[in-house]
Amino acid sequence: MAVKDALLALLADGPRYGYQLKAEFDAATGAGWPLNIGQVYSTLQRLERDGLVEPDGPPDDDGRQPYLLTASGRESLAAWLDEPIETQVAGRDEVSMKMLIAVATNVAAPLEVVRDQRVAAMGDLQALTAQKAKATGRDLAFRLHLDRTILLTESQIRWLDLVEHRLEASGQTHHSPSTTARIDGEEK
Amino acid sequence: MTKSEQQHATTGDGRSITLELRNVSLTLGTGANRTDALVDVNLEVARGELVAVTGRSGSGKSSLLNVAGGLVAPSSGSVLVRGTDLATVSAKELSAARRRSVGYVFQDLNLMATLTAVENVALPLELDGVRVRTAREQAVAALSAVEIGDLADRFPDEMSGGQRQRVAIARGLVGERSLLLADEPTGALDEVTAEGVMTILRQQCDDGAATLMVTHDPSLAAWADRVIRLRDGRIDSVSAPSTRSLVDFG
Repeated sequence: MAVKDALLALLADGPRYGYQLKAEFDAATGAGWPLNIGQVYSTLQRLERDGLVEPDGPPDDDGRQPYLLTASGRESLAAWLDEPIETQVAGRDEVSMKMLIAVATNVAAPLEVVRDQRVAAMGDLQALTAQKAKATGRDLAFRLHLDRTILLTESQIRWLDLVEHRLEASGQTHHSPSTTARIDGEEK
Repeated sequence: MTKSEQQHATTGDGRSITLELRNVSLTLGTGANRTDALVDVNLEVARGELVAVTGRSGSGKSSLLNVAGGLVAPSSGSVLVRGTDLATVSAKELSAARRRSVGYVFQDLNLMATLTAVENVALPLELDGVRVRTAREQAVAALSAVEIGDLADRFPDEMSGGQRQRVAIARGLVGERSLLLADEPTGALDEVTAEGVMTILRQQCDDGAATLMVTHDPSLAAWADRVIRLRDGRIDSVSAPSTRSLVDFG
């Protein structure tokens, strides 16, 4: 789980307490990765149980408990950094399922489903790009996160283009009116 | 202003319309080679607006740009630039109007290798009768606008791809251009350099130019206020920036 490893990385710089870790995590990830303080504490508890972190003395006057990295924690962090993460194949998102089902079941004109989805995705890409144009003064983490979101949205548009192209090449561009009529009838 | 111009000079929200295509169709070739490059296309580009045209190869993108710039006359329908129907002006007037108020930024840069950056940018002005000194001043200003004013005296082969692209944009912008027509304006530039070029083009629009940009690249098209997708010469869809919350950026 990446949150665990991220907290170990932040602790590698020296002892931190929960709120510090959350603030530094948000700054590092451009606030693009929701993490609540409860998750930070529960993760710290698990890390302590596994011997990867330990309390750095007693809590301070405000009751804040700093933690530091143990030798095992450093080993675990090094292993995470050394091992490349497997590329996540985004084949299970709802958009791809909807497209594939539309093509396979013939319940609607697949080209229309593709077109509507592409219009929506392009609208998202336009909004993200407008955000990028205004983000020149923002910190690097924010811009990197925005770049990534933009590229993922763009890849979806490119895939939808390809779906359209392949559908046309295979001649599967129309749906059966009788199938649609039956579905419409069932909905009524 | 004629009645027709008054009728079509502004959008619903009061912005003036720079380019208008009304029921434009374009047929290319004859006999067995006859193709409908554009079919009944209606399009308005207002002052300050950036409109992108996307679509597959052969969908009619380039034809649309050629018709919009008065380089090719439509088979039917009208093209109006600032309220003037291009069909009603003489070839000479059309040519002069193209030079004066329309800027072109094409992928094929067509920079003259034997001219410096500033000479390349000043050339269209000089061809139009602007005095050499005035043309040079305007060219330097255009190069400064695209942030390469300090490279004015370099030759194209002394510049990087991104810098040459900026010279081409400066040439498209120089003078009083109310309409910019761009065809893959970032060419084969890397992403960060392309972003710089698009930032400049977007700024020109925000300053009042109307721009019609053809691209097959979704990430370029996304800089536009509207993205029009062509399919077999017809407008297949139009996208506008979504207003829903996309990512939680705090």
